[in-house]
Formats: sequence, C-alpha cells, structure tokens
Amino acid sequence: MELYRMTALELSSLIRKGEVSPSSLVEAVAKRIEEVEEKLSSYVTLTIDEALSEAKRVEERLTKGEELGPLAGIPIAVKDVICTKGIRTTCSSRMLENFVPPYDATVVRKLKEAGAIIIGKTNMDEFAMGSSTENSAFFPTKNPWDTSRVPGGSSGGSAAAVSAGETILALGSDTGGSIRQPAALCGIVGVKPTYGRVSRYGLVAFASSLDQIGPMTRTVADSALLLSVIAGYDPADSTSVDRPVPDYLSALEGDIKGMKVGIPKEYFGEGLDPEVEDKVREAISLLSTLGVEFSEVSLPHTEYAIPVYYLVATAEASSNLARYDGVRYGFRMEGDFSLREMYIETRGMGFGAEVKRRIMLGTYALSAGYYDAYYLKAQKVRSLIKEDFDKAFSEVDLIITPTSPTPAFKLGERVADPLKMYLSDIFTVTTNLAGITGISLPCGFTKENLPVGLQILAPPFSEELMLRLAHRYEQEAGYYKRMPPI
Amino acid sequence: MSDKRITEEEVAYVARLAHLKLSSEEEKKITKDLGDILSFIDKLNELDTEKVTPIFQVVPGEGRFREDEVVPSLPREDGLANAPERGNGFFKVPKVIPERKEEG
Repeated sequence: MELYRMTALELSSLIRKGEVSPSSLVEAVAKRIEEVEEKLSSYVTLTIDEALSEAKRVEERLTKGEELGPLAGIPIAVKDVICTKGIRTTCSSRMLENFVPPYDATVVRKLKEAGAIIIGKTNMDEFAMGSSTENSAFFPTKNPWDTSRVPGGSSGGSAAAVSAGETILALGSDTGGSIRQPAALCGIVGVKPTYGRVSRYGLVAFASSLDQIGPMTRTVADSALLLSVIAGYDPADSTSVDRPVPDYLSALEGDIKGMKVGIPKEYFGEGLDPEVEDKVREAISLLSTLGVEFSEVSLPHTEYAIPVYYLVATAEASSNLARYDGVRYGFRMEGDFSLREMYIETRGMGFGAEVKRRIMLGTYALSAGYYDAYYLKAQKVRSLIKEDFDKAFSEVDLIITPTSPTPAFKLGERVADPLKMYLSDIFTVTTNLAGITGISLPCGFTKENLPVGLQILAPPFSEELMLRLAHRYEQEAGYYKRMPPI
Repeated sequence: MSDKRITEEEVAYVARLAHLKLSSEEEKKITKDLGDILSFIDKLNELDTEKVTPIFQVVPGEGRFREDEVVPSLPREDGLANAPERGNGFFKVPKVIPERKEEG
C-alpha cells in the first residue's frame, strides 16, 4: 500500500521498526500533494523543504536510539488559523496574508515535542467563518470525492488533505462545526474536544467561548492518538482546564455492550436529506446488534440553536476582530489618512464579505439599545440549550445524530444566501454552545458516492466513551478503508 | 416600526461603530442580509426567558492565581517584525495630535 494511505498508528510502528524512514514518508506525501493539489487546493502554504529537514533530524535521533515522541516522523497539516513560528499564518484573509507569527501555538509546540512534522498550512473560510471554504480570500478548496463540490468548512483544507492522502494527520478548529462538518463531507474523522480540553493559545480567536482545536484524521484511533498529544492544561490559556489527560488510545478497547445512547428526535426532522437519514439509521441498527441500547431523547431547544449561535459567535467575533487595525501586524491601507480613517480603510479593504457581515451583525447585537434584545437573550437561550443536554445526559451516556443535514453541496450553491449556508451547521452548533464534545465519522455513502457523517456527542470530558463507541462502529462498518477516487 | 428590520442609515451607523468602510453596494447588500438574519433571529422571542440566567462561559471558571514571577517576554524586534510601519523601536501610526497652532 502507498505510504500516504496508511494511518499514523501503522506508520509510527513501521518507523520504529526501521521499515519506513520519515524522509521516505514525507517524500511520499509530497509526491501525492504534487499529484492532486492542483485539483483540490487544500493548502495555503506548503513547507515540504522544512519537513524534509525535520524528517532527517528524526532519522538521526532514531539511529542514535533516542527516545521518540508518539508522533515521531508523522506528517501533519495545520489549519492556517493556528500560529506556527516562522511560517506564514493567514487565516485565509488578505488581512493576514503576510503575517509570520513570532511564536508557536501551544498545540504546535506539543506537536513538535511529539516529533510530528508540519507539512503545510491548510485553506479555510476566512477567519473560520463559513461552512464551505468558499470564503477563503485566496481560492476555494474542492472535495476529493467530487471536485465540483465543496469540502465543507471552515476547516475544508484540512479535511480535503486528510481525505485525499495529502497528509496523514491534520488539525482543525471548531467554533460551530468547523471540524465535524467538513470531516463528514470529506469522509474522514473529526473531533471537537470539550471546551477547555485543548489550549487555545496561538489559535487566532474567532468566538472565544466556542472555539476549540481538534484532530482530523482517517481513523478514530489516529484521532485518539493526536488528541492525547494536544490535550491538557496550559497556563497561557485561562480557559483550559486542569485535568489529567487520559490515554485515549487505550480507552478505545473497552466494551460497548450496554452503553446507553440517545437519539434526539429533533435532529431527524424537516431538512434532513433522506439518504443521510438512511445511513445514520443503518449505523444505529448495526450498533444495536452489538449490544448498544438506544432510546429516544429530546433536546427541545434545538430549533433555536442557529439564531443563538449567530448572535453569540458574531458578537464575540466583532470584539476579537477589533484588533486588526493596521498598526501592529497585518494589512494596512496606504494613503494620506488620519489614524481613524486608516483603521476604517484598512478594515474595509482587508476583510472579505462574510467577515464584514458578521462583524456588522455582532456589533449591532452588542450596540446600545439592542444588547438586551439580542445578545443577552441569546445567552439566556444558550442556557436552555445546555440544560437540554444536561437533562439528556442524565438519561443516556452518549447521543447520536447526523453531522450535516446533507452531503457535500456544489460550489457556489449556497454562497448567495447566507442564511442557507448557516443552516449547514444546524446539527453541530449545539455542541459548541453547550461546551460538550463531539465526533464525526463516516457512516456510508450516497448513491452519488458522497460520504455521509455520523455524529456522536458526549458530556464534558467524556471523550474516552465517545471515542470507544466511534472506534468500534468504525471497525465494524469498515468505511474508513475507502479513499476518494482522485 | 416599518417592515424593514434595519435601515441603510442604521447599517451606516453600525459600520462607523465597527470602523468598517463599506461601499454603497456593500451597504445595500448588508442591509438586506442583516434584515433577513434578524427576522430569522426573531424566533428567539417565542421563548419566555424572563427567569433564565444567561450563560457566558460553559466551563465554570474558578479563577486562578499564579506567582507573580518575571519571565522573558517577546523580544521587541520580534514584536515589531510584522508591523506595517515602525520607527525608533515603536509602531508608527498616522499623526494623532494635530500640530499646535501659532499663538496669537
């Protein structure tokens, strides 16, 4: 089998045994990138040369018999919203087109300590705002299963790269579904960890109370491995939680018999594509035969999640994006301007349409006279959404739903209608609002051979249980073995 | 209230608050989009939230203290490296304080 098709766990074992060298692995991935990148546009920046030098360093340590980290020699792609020291980090925005971070995000530092090799920075919706990667200021990314379709978003570049074998592992970020929805649309695994599980230090902020970094991989076990590396308390992120990080890999092997899993009726209604529903129901049937006990649960405030999300996320974004003023870093509009004019011109030119729309909505929702009616109201309904999950999780261990109401849609299909695009996230935003954890993994293919995603949700810090169920399902169903026809 | 959820004048006002230059086409488009989105958001008014406590952080923050130790910070050169304009070890911006008029 070609090296680029293998999992991190398989490759890691081969590297340790000396059967595969990190250089040959990086070369295999680089060759694959050369073959398909023109059709996909997954990457904003490639760092192949640096990756090859790094691979050589890992090899030297290997020869010397030094102890290696858990990801030694494994190529990883990093979403271009996560700061990498000395490597351009653009957020797919004109505003940060030439920004070179002076420091590494905590997750990047941890990746390096674990021996992982960064192969490039992946394309995304500008500042992670979008569900199709079409809001990238540079170019859209294509879905490897059908290049006339979107890969989902906002971590669309990471999803396409993992799916097509342009990397072995990837990092994404998830504010309302930006890891899970593209994972579903590209047929890979994506994990949104519990809020506070992974440090956000060095993640360019979109909505600080919702953002989390997480793994995007081809198998659940690889996600478990990667999560073990990036999780943990970080003094540099006051919202990261000081709890021991379990060995997620060893958690995969436990029994799933007798697990209680809820099916929320609100996630199976109007707007759900019948083929998607069929595949999710098939997954439920399969898991039933393995002894999982299903019952219906209710999350009654689900229908309010999108309005709540678009108020909370845009309000936080309007504040977070105030820092782009053309002074300390990023784009500055040149001209004979006063300071205030310079801000206004810089921001007007540096931000794309969706970012402007969201800054406007967020500023409006926070402005005098509207704060109570919009922002405060949204935070109250957010409480109700969280209580829905608290109640459901008092009855069941996990919850199972579709990840996205539809498979991958056509490029251009939803760009003109922001509301329609927002509804792509209807099954994923609730996870972020409640601060819980969720995973998406493939559960079949439509007649047009497009992947369908299954979402499993778990209470805060119950990643082990969630990964165990996902892993068992994945191994039984076997969809992870399929690669896109590209 | 008119059937328009938000007027172009309000959009122009919010754009000023956000320090965002919008072309007149952008202003029109955003007025329409925000109108649509706000009508959709009105759905929240179906819920009586009088007695509901808003949630601002999902992880209960206990507040952490640490020792007040001096640690190295970003070297000035690194901090300035991305600045569009710099001078004498500072970020440079357009003149903020107008030149003083002659006395008299």
